[in-house]
Amino acid sequence: MLRRLLMAACAAALPAISAAPAAAQGTLRIGMTAADIPLTHGQPDQGFEGNRFTGIPLYDGLTAWDLSAADRPSVVIPALATAWAVDANDRTRWTFSLRRDVRFHDGSPFNAEAVVWNVRKVLDREAPHFDPRQVGLTASRMPTLRRAEVIDEFTVALITAEPDSLLPINLTNLFMASPTHWAAKRAAAASAEAAWNAFAADPSGTGPFRVTRFVPRERLEMARNDNYWGTRARLDRVILLPIPEATARTAALLSNAVDWIEAPAPDSVPQMRARNMVITQNLQPHVWPWQPCFAAGSPMTDVRIRRALNLAIDREGLRTLLSGFMVPAQGTVAPGHPWWGNPSFAIRTDRAEARRLLAEAGYGPNRPLTLKVQISASGSGQMQPLAMNEFLQQDLRQVGINIEFDVVEWNTLFANWRNGCAHASARGAHMTNVSFAAMDPFFAMVRFWDSKMAAPVSNNWGGFNDPRFDAMVAEARNAFEPAARDAALARLHAAGVDEALFIWIAHDVAPRAMNPRVRGYVQPQSWFVDLRLPFIQ
Amino acid sequence: MFFYLIRRLIYAIPIALAVGFVCFMLVQIAPGDPINAIVPPDAPQDVVDQVRRDYGLDKPLPVQFGIWLLKVVQGDLGRSLATGRPVWSDLQSAIGNTLTLAATASLLGFILGCVLGGLAGTFRGSILDRAAVTIAVAGVSVPHYWLGMVLVVIFSVQYNWLPAMGAGPGGSADWAWDWEHMQHLVLPSITLAVIPMGIVTRTVRGIVAEIMNQEFVVALRGKGLTGWGVFLHVVKNAAPNVLAVLGLQLGYLMGGSILVETVFSWPGTGLLLNSAIFQRDLPVLQGTILVLSLFFVALNLLVDIVQTALDPRIKRA
Repeated sequence: MLRRLLMAACAAALPAISAAPAAAQGTLRIGMTAADIPLTHGQPDQGFEGNRFTGIPLYDGLTAWDLSAADRPSVVIPALATAWAVDANDRTRWTFSLRRDVRFHDGSPFNAEAVVWNVRKVLDREAPHFDPRQVGLTASRMPTLRRAEVIDEFTVALITAEPDSLLPINLTNLFMASPTHWAAKRAAAASAEAAWNAFAADPSGTGPFRVTRFVPRERLEMARNDNYWGTRARLDRVILLPIPEATARTAALLSNAVDWIEAPAPDSVPQMRARNMVITQNLQPHVWPWQPCFAAGSPMTDVRIRRALNLAIDREGLRTLLSGFMVPAQGTVAPGHPWWGNPSFAIRTDRAEARRLLAEAGYGPNRPLTLKVQISASGSGQMQPLAMNEFLQQDLRQVGINIEFDVVEWNTLFANWRNGCAHASARGAHMTNVSFAAMDPFFAMVRFWDSKMAAPVSNNWGGFNDPRFDAMVAEARNAFEPAARDAALARLHAAGVDEALFIWIAHDVAPRAMNPRVRGYVQPQSWFVDLRLPFIQ
Repeated sequence: MFFYLIRRLIYAIPIALAVGFVCFMLVQIAPGDPINAIVPPDAPQDVVDQVRRDYGLDKPLPVQFGIWLLKVVQGDLGRSLATGRPVWSDLQSAIGNTLTLAATASLLGFILGCVLGGLAGTFRGSILDRAAVTIAVAGVSVPHYWLGMVLVVIFSVQYNWLPAMGAGPGGSADWAWDWEHMQHLVLPSITLAVIPMGIVTRTVRGIVAEIMNQEFVVALRGKGLTGWGVFLHVVKNAAPNVLAVLGLQLGYLMGGSILVETVFSWPGTGLLLNSAIFQRDLPVLQGTILVLSLFFVALNLLVDIVQTALDPRIKRA
């Protein structure tokens, strides 16, 4: 009797259980690694995952990254600006010509006034719409921009503090929000801050998607912007879901709760492949390095030791450890990149040469070299820091280098990064292990190798100071012809590799897993993706 | 009773202040910098300094605490450093979601715990007793985040019977007590219920066994009462102690299980605390812990009052 009752109950429940709603055609559900929806007011937080999902889909900058191809480095292309040039007589003044057919999601026109308004939101403390919250997320990514001026309705001048050829690249980080829409929010809000909060809940940009529903901390729903000025998206809708736990993301994909997940847990990949999920990856402008300390007395001031470290590491072995989810690093950018240059020092595995260099520097079996590295146990962009660092520790022991770790929490490692290696927070570390994005030249090289960027100004943690490099940075910043600028950056990069200014270890490959129904997806060599391309079959 | 109530409410004020102070100081002395919730790690120092000034994070700690406290007594928990949203609005929805989960898990855990504990206490030494004790020990011992993952693998990934995450197809804002939404509650509730189930089983078993050995039970039987009649007397005598355990367990569950809510992406206070900790979002951390501690104090007070109502022998004066 009991068995019959149970069977009847199960039979009644099964249709309801299996009747989970299927996703509508053309709706892409994405499981992000972020714990919250990245900010939607136009300058996203949550690192580049924010730009990827609530920046580029909702907004445009004057310039943008070309995300259309997987087989070449992503470069800067025109977006809301169709052309730009620096003033021949005053190299701090740029003129940008704007598109004439662009409207914000609220229907208001995009023009030069809107550009000036968006520059002022982060740079002009007197502006009524100035938002301190957006300053930190934006100003640091365009460090030389000072102000903007309207020339005519579709031409705008941007003024920098010093000649800076990198400005068009930096401007990919300044997204254009609608001044008209903000004014409407301001009219109903008690303060500018409240107006920005209202704007974030109901944003208006010029991007290929517009927000249709926002549930804080849970989901953001976007619909295709049918009035988009460029190629329109194929998808009808995109739903963003924050799922910070890797196992939960994997389970969500395998149980059809989402169609696409960021950063699947590496050990779950075989299971996902067995269930016909598609795993994608590509070289990302990301560097997972050990950054040396150049303070007086540090062994890392000796280029032979830096080179020996670079030569002693078995990067292919590390790739096997990570189930193939990395690219061995040979520099900050990979060979073939416009900034690669032609370094004479080839980063490879050559333990005999590493031992020879160490012996030349006075280290060997009778006098082993002991180095301390400050690392984190986890963190955004840090890949698998404990396993990777332990692998390196074993590798280096083979050439007679003893590595000690000072493991700190990720946020602490970040904070220490700004303090520099001479600061007490470094606790005597000879190297630090902070991964970084290398999208633009400032973040890839300038902030590490320009002596003016020494901590606490920026991320020259090691206090590297070489007038040759300062001159090369200045040359790159003053090369306004793109080809000349790339050539100058290539010289800078090659010199950095020759001097072994980092222990370059790995580039991340941004693994993603998705349901085979997701088609048309292109994973560019970038931190970002173009959500206009995929569709659901 | 009235004066007792007033006294307990007054006691809650220094408790809240102490909790707020300890929470504020713990967050401050933890390594890391809350400024990282606002600016990217690669921001130049002048930008960092400017933003620090804008947010008042450059002020001495006692001043920061004073400003925060002044706002709290006016009902303003501040704004999240990371999102700029009022802490209270995020907290409100998170508490609602955790309450939904905690109440369901409590109900499940308490019912199972009372049934298993009652049977084990009544038939002490029997196979039933041993089985109940085994289940209770397993419930207390099994790490619930591990259990959550196992349940997800079986029921979501393998058989696709129940959803693995979230609080409904449209998020918690659309929550309704229908199957479409309630199915999202099944796995996290079961996961969260195992610990209270184990604790309640052991507590009820001990209390029932003790009461069953008391002379008044023998007297009741001697007077000719049947099993049900005796059972009702046992329940009445066991209720105050069991209620105290239930109250504590509900309080713990209301605190939100960071691990369970993270595993199931359940948008409650646990998940809110989790992201606030990683982002060093001080206002969210401080506000959430303060409200939850006050809730815990209120719940204990409520349990005391109900206990008194159930058992006149307990005097609260």
